[in-house]
Amino acid sequence: MAASPPVVFAVLGETLAERSGVINLSLDGLLLLTAMVAFAAARATTTLLAGFAAAMAVGALVGLVVAVASLTLRQHQVAAGFVLTLLCQNLAYVLGAPVAHLPGPQVAHLPLPLFRNWPVLGPVLFSQDPLVYLSIAATAAAWWYLAKTRPGLVLRGAGERPAAALARGIHVTRVRYLYTLAGGALVGLGGAAFSLAVKPGWSRPYGIEGTGWIVLAIVIFGNWDPLRGAAGAYLFVLLQTLATVLQSLMPRVPTQVFPTLPFPLMILALLLVTVGNSEWVQRGLRRLPAGTRRGVVRVLRALQASPPAALGVPLEQE
Amino acid sequence: MLGASPVEAYRLIVAGALGQPERVAFVLSAWAPLLLAAAGLLVTFAAGLWNIGVEGQVLLGAVFATGALRALGHLLPPPGAVLLAGLAAVLGGSLWALLAGALRAYGNVNEIFGGLGLNFIAGSLTVYLVLGPWARPGIASTSGTLPFAPSLWLPTIPVPPLEVPGEVFLGIAAMGAVSVALRGTYFGLHLAAIGRSLRAAHLRGIPTTREMLRAFAACGGLAGLAGFVLVTGAHSRHQLFPLISGGDGFLAILVVLLAGRSALACILISGAFAAISMGSLQLPLAMQLDSSMGGVIQSLLVLCAILLRGLRARLVSREG
Repeated sequence: MAASPPVVFAVLGETLAERSGVINLSLDGLLLLTAMVAFAAARATTTLLAGFAAAMAVGALVGLVVAVASLTLRQHQVAAGFVLTLLCQNLAYVLGAPVAHLPGPQVAHLPLPLFRNWPVLGPVLFSQDPLVYLSIAATAAAWWYLAKTRPGLVLRGAGERPAAALARGIHVTRVRYLYTLAGGALVGLGGAAFSLAVKPGWSRPYGIEGTGWIVLAIVIFGNWDPLRGAAGAYLFVLLQTLATVLQSLMPRVPTQVFPTLPFPLMILALLLVTVGNSEWVQRGLRRLPAGTRRGVVRVLRALQASPPAALGVPLEQE
Repeated sequence: MLGASPVEAYRLIVAGALGQPERVAFVLSAWAPLLLAAAGLLVTFAAGLWNIGVEGQVLLGAVFATGALRALGHLLPPPGAVLLAGLAAVLGGSLWALLAGALRAYGNVNEIFGGLGLNFIAGSLTVYLVLGPWARPGIASTSGTLPFAPSLWLPTIPVPPLEVPGEVFLGIAAMGAVSVALRGTYFGLHLAAIGRSLRAAHLRGIPTTREMLRAFAACGGLAGLAGFVLVTGAHSRHQLFPLISGGDGFLAILVVLLAGRSALACILISGAFAAISMGSLQLPLAMQLDSSMGGVIQSLLVLCAILLRGLRARLVSREG
């Protein structure tokens, strides 16, 4: 539970950007860079808030670069994002070298006074650091914003039917800029949550390398929905914890193997949510007896992930 | 900002890369795997595929080459063993690429994520082999497997004043072959059609799934060869060790992005990138700067190129 906020924030940020139609592929580098920036800024100012603010600013800045490259200059989003991944990662190592392995400030626990003493649930749910509460609130807020508010509708319109949104007088490009920046800032919050709470400090390697890619996969697994995405994030953190437990149970297996366990699972999870779209599954389904088929189809439908229709597609303005 | 002069850093990188003949030889041997992986990526990029799994394909090539040399090194005359190791590396890289390709073609898993996952799995497989079954007798350490005898190393070819590692010629030959194949064969034309529009290519009767899988296999094979070179190359460590590829696959993606799919540009840029990578290894010693500075310079270059390309297109369309 305590390890979940970084992943949850990053998943929410990327979900927002992708729902508006922009893939910010730079996540893996961006999480590293913002983690480093947050720690360095918090250490220099001895203010936690400054650390969070700096990381969010850097996240938004990288989002801005993605947006300028893809929306204004019409370059391939994946190309820009991939280059930024490597740039951010290398920058984090270079700029972070002076603060590596140094002590610094970190977020304290904040038990909620009233609920903390509940049996069993109390310590688990209500004796966390404030970031955990914030991440839960952010998940609910993101869901509500996307599903229930007018700006959320505009956001979805930009990602699903940009031409129609444009026809209704919505500045699609401006909307996409806004959410790519906001999404980047949320990812930055996630990075800060790593270095100021979950894994305090900075080092090279920092140990979260690869997490950004998992986050991108979780966004797909979550079918671009904040609630399902957050559920995916909790599942991932749970699996990570299980891997550490497994490691202590199986001392003969080299320790380096365990951190990579999530990746085969990531592939399987993606396969599960996308395989229903493919032709041979459809063909195979037709051969099944009707009763079984209905059941299988229902399961596949429920799992199915389908991206925002205009994700990564540049807007053609006539 | 870093308390270091950028001019001094560049001077150190250049001196570190080209200052002495043996430094140049190291740059040349770092150039070869980049050339091979970039040649492979030209094939997948032609079809519009993002084979980010190239990194893992390089690793699998190194693993298969090491396995073949371990098994055959004593049985066959050295040239035969090295040749078979090269073929094994091609096989290993292609199989790993086909896995990502099959996930994409039959499972609808985007090749970026399939490939990335496979990269991490290849990484842990390497660590497992180095620490487990292929550990040095007596000690299991992450420093690597037992180095191979000099008879199993690739030869150097004297081109005065340098001793050019043989694998460089392999890389340039691969680049040439890919360039010809993409322009002059049906396979290449099919890939170009798929790259423009998968749907349109399918409607025109091109066997898109088969051609995409072949593109993956070709790229994986060349990436596997890059792994083979990392194990057997004249100036390599002649062993399998964790992180043996050290990001060569990713760097090759940057090369192709910057080169914009021109083979000649790929050759030049991968040479420059190899020099930057090797040269920046001198930075920590001389300036207390992290050696990732090389990576910063490389990715910043590519980012600027992408932005400039967009800017130019925008200005041109304004004028027109």
